[in-house]
Amino acid sequence: MSLLEVNNLTIIFGGLRAVDGFNLKIEKGQLYGLIGPNGAGKTTVFNMLTGVYKPTSGKITLDGEDITGKSTIEINRKGIARTFQNIRLFHNMTVLDNVKVGLNNQKKYSVGEGLFRLPRYFKEEKEMDEKALALLSVFDLDQEKDFLASNLPYGKQRKLEIARALATNPKLLLLDEPAAGMNPNETAELMETIHFVRDRFGMTILLIEHDMKLVGGICEEVTVLNFGKELAHGETSKVLNNPEVIKAYLGE
Amino acid sequence: MGFIQQLINGLELGNIYALMALGYTMVYGIAKMLNFAHGDIIMVGAYTLSLVMTNVGMPPIIAILASVVVCSILGVVIEKIAYKPLRNASPLTVLITAIGVSYFLQSVALLIFGSNKRKVESAITMQGISIGSLELTGVSVVTLGVTLIIMIGLTLFIKKTKLGKAMLAVSEDKGAAQLMGINVNQTISITFAIGSALAAIAGVLFVSSYGFVGPYTGALPGIKAFVAAVLGGIGSIPGAMLGGILLGIIESLSKAYISTNLADAIVFGVLIIVLLVKPSGLLGKVRMDKV
Repeated sequence: MSLLEVNNLTIIFGGLRAVDGFNLKIEKGQLYGLIGPNGAGKTTVFNMLTGVYKPTSGKITLDGEDITGKSTIEINRKGIARTFQNIRLFHNMTVLDNVKVGLNNQKKYSVGEGLFRLPRYFKEEKEMDEKALALLSVFDLDQEKDFLASNLPYGKQRKLEIARALATNPKLLLLDEPAAGMNPNETAELMETIHFVRDRFGMTILLIEHDMKLVGGICEEVTVLNFGKELAHGETSKVLNNPEVIKAYLGE
Repeated sequence: MGFIQQLINGLELGNIYALMALGYTMVYGIAKMLNFAHGDIIMVGAYTLSLVMTNVGMPPIIAILASVVVCSILGVVIEKIAYKPLRNASPLTVLITAIGVSYFLQSVALLIFGSNKRKVESAITMQGISIGSLELTGVSVVTLGVTLIIMIGLTLFIKKTKLGKAMLAVSEDKGAAQLMGINVNQTISITFAIGSALAAIAGVLFVSSYGFVGPYTGALPGIKAFVAAVLGGIGSIPGAMLGGILLGIIESLSKAYISTNLADAIVFGVLIIVLLVKPSGLLGKVRMDKV
C-alpha cells in the first residue's frame, strides 16, 4: 500500500479549473518531485493535501485513511507537515521556541496546569526542551537556539523550517520550493540535508522545485504539472528528457 | 495635601488603569484586535460582584470567583459570536463590531438594572495603611499587589508555557501555526477567556474603591485603559503596567495642581505628545518590515 494516494483531485476557483484530475502515488520512504511552470497548480496541490483548500472533487488517502476535506489541524495530526515557498517562520520567536510550537500538540498539560505550574507542566516542558534541542542539533542549529528566527541566515532559516515541520512528527513531509533564493552552494547543502532527513527519519518527502539540478539530483520519481493537468510522470531522468516536458518549460 | 500624598493617589488610580490595560494589551497582542468591549466586561464583572454579594448574600471571595467565571464565559461567547466570523475581515470591520458589542452590553445593563447607579459594598475588607501623615487604602494595597502578580504571571505564562507559545505563534502567522497543528480557534478562545478574567478582577477592584456601578461604569475607564495600553506600547505587558501608572499619576497631579476640569485633556495631550515622539509607545517594539 502506498503512503499517499491521490485520485482524480480537482479544484475549481470560479470558472478556473486550477487543478484538474490530478493523480499521485508515493511509496513510503520515497523522494518525490512535483514540477511544472509557474502557475501550473503545484502549490494549490500542496494546499489541498494540507487542508488549506477543500478540493471540489477527488480523494486523498494517507496511509490507508481517507483525509479528503479534513481540517488543517486534523491532517497535521494524521501526519502531513509542510514548509513554505516564502519562509513562514515565527520571526519574533527564538529558534528553540519555533520548534517547540511544532511539538505543541504532543503535550497534554492544561491551561490550569500551566498557570499554576503543577508537576506535569515541568515534566512536559522539560521533555519538549530536550526533544527540540535534539532536533536542532541534527540540523546543526543548536548553537543558535536563543537567536530570534529572523536573525538566522537564509539557508539556516530554511533548515529551521524543516526542523519545525519534523517536530510535528509527520509521516509525509511537503517541501514547497526549498531551494528558492539559494545560491549553488546553499542548494548543494540543502540537497544533502533533504537526503539526510529521508535516511535519518525514514521520512517520505514530496517537494515542489524549479531547480532542475536539485530535482534531477535527489528525486526518484517526478510528476509534471501544466495548466492544472498532469503532463507526465515517472522516473526522474526519463521525465526530464521527455520532449513534451521540455516544450512546456522552454516553449517551442 | 502634600505632593507625596498626591503621588500616592495617582498610584492608586494608575494601578486600576494598569490592571484594565493588561487585559486590553493581551487580547491585542495575541488576537491583533482592539476589543473595545473590554471596559464593558469590567462593568459586567462589577455587577456580578454586587449581585452575588448583596442579592445572593455570598461572601466576597465567592462573589469574586463568580465574576471571574461569568466574565470569562462572556468573553469567549462574544469572541465566538461577534469576532470569529470576521477572522479574515478587515481590521476596521472588527473594530466597529467591537464598538457595537460595547454598546450592546451597555444597553443590556441599562434594560436590566436601569440607569440609576447601584451601591456596591467593597469586596476588600483589608484595613488601610498609614505611614506618618500619608495614607494608603486597603483596596489600593490589594490592587497594587494583584496588578504586580498578574503582570509577572502573565509574562511567565506567555513566555514559558506551550499555550503561551501557541499564542505567540498564532499572533505572528495564523496560517502557519495551523499547519503546525496549533488549534487557532481554541488558542484565541483561551486568550479571550484570560483577558476577560483580568477584566473581571479589574472590575472588582474598581467598584471596591468607587463604591458604585452603573451601565456606563466601564466606558470611560475602558478608554483610559486603552490610552494606558497605547502609552506604554500596545501589546507589551510591562508597557501596560507602566502606561497605567503614569496615566494615573498625571491625572492625579493635574487635578491637584492645574485644574480638575482640564485633567482629562492633559492626560490625552500627554498621549498625543508621546505618540508624536515615539509612535510605538514607551515600551513598544518598533517593527521593521523587510522590503
